[in-house]
Amino acid sequence: MRNTAWRWGGGIVAIALALFVFVVPFLFIVFTAGKTQAEASALQFTPPTQWVLFDNIVAVLQNRDYLLVTAFVNSTILTVGAVSIMVVLGAMVGYVLQRRKSRWNPLVNSLVLAGLIIPPAVVPTIWVLQGLELFKTLPGLIAVHVAFGLSFCILLFRAFVATIPRELDEAAIIDGAGPVKLFFRVIFPLLRSVIVTVIVVQAVFVFSDFTYALYFLPGDENATVQLTTFNFISQSVSSYNLLFADVLLITIPPLIMYIFFQRQIVAGMTSGAVKG
Amino acid sequence: MTTTTAPGRPATGTESTSPPSPGRRKPMKSPYPTWFFIPAGVFYVVLFLVPTVASFYFSLTRWTLFSVEFIGFDNFVRFFQEPQLVQGFINTFIYAFLTSGAKVVLGLLLGVFLSSQIIGRGFLRATIFFPVLVSTIGVGILFKVLMDPFGGPINESLAAIGIQGPGWLTDPSLALISVALVDIWKGVGLATLIYIAGMVAIPQEYFEASKVDGASAWSTFRHITLPLLRPATVTVVLLSLIGGLRSFDLIWSMTGGGPGFTSDVLASVIYKQYQAGFFGLSTAGNVVLFVVVAAIIFPLSWWLNRKGDES
Amino acid sequence: MVPRTPRRSIVALGAGGIALSLALAGCSAGGDSGSSDGTVSLTWLVDNGEATVVTAQALVDAFEADNPDISIEVQTRPQGADGDNLVKTRLATGEMDDLFSYNSGSLFQALSPDDTMVNLDDQGWVDKLDENFVKTVSTDNGVYGVPLGQSMAGAVLYNKDIYEQLGLEIPTTWDEFIANSEAIKQAGTAAPIVQTYGDTWTSQLFVLGDFNNVLAEDPNWADDYTNNKAKYVDQPAFAGFEHLQEAFEKGLFNEDFASATYNDGVSMVATGAGAQYPMLTFAASQLMTSNPDAADVVGTFPLPGPDADTNGLTVWMPGGVYIPKSTEGDKLEAAKKFLDFVATPASCDIQSESTAPQGPFVVEGCDLPEDVPAMISDMQPYFDEGKTNLALEFLSPIKGPALEQITVAVGSGITSAADGAAQYDEDVKKQAQQLGIEGW
Repeated sequence: MRNTAWRWGGGIVAIALALFVFVVPFLFIVFTAGKTQAEASALQFTPPTQWVLFDNIVAVLQNRDYLLVTAFVNSTILTVGAVSIMVVLGAMVGYVLQRRKSRWNPLVNSLVLAGLIIPPAVVPTIWVLQGLELFKTLPGLIAVHVAFGLSFCILLFRAFVATIPRELDEAAIIDGAGPVKLFFRVIFPLLRSVIVTVIVVQAVFVFSDFTYALYFLPGDENATVQLTTFNFISQSVSSYNLLFADVLLITIPPLIMYIFFQRQIVAGMTSGAVKG
Repeated sequence: MTTTTAPGRPATGTESTSPPSPGRRKPMKSPYPTWFFIPAGVFYVVLFLVPTVASFYFSLTRWTLFSVEFIGFDNFVRFFQEPQLVQGFINTFIYAFLTSGAKVVLGLLLGVFLSSQIIGRGFLRATIFFPVLVSTIGVGILFKVLMDPFGGPINESLAAIGIQGPGWLTDPSLALISVALVDIWKGVGLATLIYIAGMVAIPQEYFEASKVDGASAWSTFRHITLPLLRPATVTVVLLSLIGGLRSFDLIWSMTGGGPGFTSDVLASVIYKQYQAGFFGLSTAGNVVLFVVVAAIIFPLSWWLNRKGDES
Repeated sequence: MVPRTPRRSIVALGAGGIALSLALAGCSAGGDSGSSDGTVSLTWLVDNGEATVVTAQALVDAFEADNPDISIEVQTRPQGADGDNLVKTRLATGEMDDLFSYNSGSLFQALSPDDTMVNLDDQGWVDKLDENFVKTVSTDNGVYGVPLGQSMAGAVLYNKDIYEQLGLEIPTTWDEFIANSEAIKQAGTAAPIVQTYGDTWTSQLFVLGDFNNVLAEDPNWADDYTNNKAKYVDQPAFAGFEHLQEAFEKGLFNEDFASATYNDGVSMVATGAGAQYPMLTFAASQLMTSNPDAADVVGTFPLPGPDADTNGLTVWMPGGVYIPKSTEGDKLEAAKKFLDFVATPASCDIQSESTAPQGPFVVEGCDLPEDVPAMISDMQPYFDEGKTNLALEFLSPIKGPALEQITVAVGSGITSAADGAAQYDEDVKKQAQQLGIEGW
């Protein structure tokens, strides 16, 4: 009885609240993206007098020789590459850090926190990349993202590895699993919902970033999606309609990806019993 | 794709065969090899540690990028003479504690709520996460319009019920709080996501046992959910507090630290120095910021982890 | 009872596999440059303003048509401080494009031109440029840039219809300006003076646009300022801060001055919701975008000072196109050839066709088209009569970075004019020390 009330009542109240808090701002983006440049420049929360959303989307896509398409390809490679590397490496560190009490731990813990706290030093990083001949290359930018994203991954993995009982490790060891097999075959799969969480969070960071791309991977052919938004705002004339059409275009695909991934977390929920 | 594993019984077949016998383990080779640190360490040291240490040197110089002149601690002296600095410190702490506190509390409530059986759960999860994905530039413009004291929808709505809305971003005493609210709006989705992951990690049988014992919903939340969500809480606290102490991008795109200097935080003061081309000075500022953040985060992290180990 | 392990390992493997293949890809990806079939290809970095990109591309197209053996690719960067730092970073690390556009004046000086750019003082076009412009792209050791775009003024944009209806004359002194503004306030239909602190940079015009009047009183002010002798807390420069405070205290601003944006400001003057808006005349392009029918309604007059006789415009110079030292050999020759083309009347025509002009050109033989907005044609008489002075940023390398926040504070009544001017003097001091200028 109570459950049904909760299920419907709570759900409906929450949906109403969400509509108010989150959907109203979303409407503004859609409205502005649907206006003409002259109407959009007034920046008002009104529906467009004349809908030109489709024209704007076409204009954004065609801008600078389909730059946005190139940017999507770049951002996708970048996000997939950087996130997969940091998830694997971060999980390895977080796992050993949680499981084994060694004299290295305080140092590693401090470095992890330092990595979260200290902002990147742009010019010295460029020097290093130049020295490695990775400057102006996508792998170079991926490596930078990995270096800056690792700390977060390690923090999250360390916290969640604790929820996996050690008995599992012991059993696998007795079965003759070596450290590598133990980690990749036993532990890593059990971290599934955390992995999905880390993937989502880090993908958001990498995908939303523009400063690293701006400094470490210059050149229009290397543009990432966030940089394309800069093309529509300038001091003398701004095209807010195109800016928000662009924002819409670059927000929807990751949102769909998120919906897909969060199902994976829910799926992890039903298999939560595994960890008992 | 549903798994119907019986509660309390391990699903992976391997371990049930032989009971653990600690005596047989070889002391030489740990199953948790330290070399697991190495691949991550290479990235970290080469692309983070080396540049960072190099930049610490530049905090002692007057650095235009084109020329470097060693000036000792002058940058630090200058940094502490910044007229907005005291206000900046106060604002930084207000902003950080407000946003991280709200993200922890709201994230926890939403995470628990969205893990329960309610209708429209998928929709709600997607909606709450949507602001996380919108670029900061877009969010800045968006809320400048929504919070516009003249004809902005927020104040129009307030006027409809007879309240004269304030100048959210233009009133010096309110600007910082308004930005903090938007920061919470934008960031609560991430906190919620981490809490949902935390809920997933709690074995269902705890809840079932609690139900059998006839515990109230509150008691279950207080004694089961909350303690078992500790890993998630530690993560959210650390991340949102560090994020809050270092944050400037939203402040920058919404108020530019203004009106005047009234919503400046440490990080935006530093960012302005960087923008102005004061590279040595802004690096010195970053060193100061690092020390301040570290002085808060390191003890907190140590304390959180120690409590975690005790329980 | 579906076994879950296999699927999980695939996830794990997939991630690892991608990581590996990317690491391998790192070996082969590298920079390619130069010529394959005898043609020289250059890249040109410009800011990403729509107008800039359109103009740059039009120039490149025209140039390539005459020079089939040279191809130029336009690259973009953000504007504002992000763009400034990007340009500095890339010059300092030797990674600049073959050609780049950037501001002239103090921002140009901050790039350490003698160390980073190719000296062009032997080029034929140098003599055809306005002398004032040449000064703003030169150091003691050389001339480094070609102008791109037009000069512009920092002045008051005003609504001619309102002035006509109320029978107002164009003010030539500050007192007349205030009297006009009071009359507009009395009439009650329009905001006398438009301010738009939603975009903080717009708040600086009262101070920066007043510089013609500062120089009229003290011709040596800019040098004294650079040498740490002249200060904003003292007259004549203090007047800019004082005027801002006065206008605020007399309630002459639009009601929503604290949140209005630059776009709002331009529209207000165009539609008559506001009467006068101190602004840079590059607003012509915004005007032609948002209110093209008001092209003849919005006019321009100089920000007035104490003396009607010296009333004149404060002028901003166009930015330049420069060649970094990293451009060498064939590329350098090709780049010089392109700059040669940019400094011709043919290039000026292309520029004024592709975007709305914001003021007169600074290249000999270049004229504006007949049909420019009133805002621009109103400026011409001042240029013809020589009643112009350069803005301070072209006469001194020092411009404090916090001016816009300070003027917002003064214009909003948060800080007094005296305190604001003192804060700005401190800010200037910081900048001068950073630049290593003697006497600070």
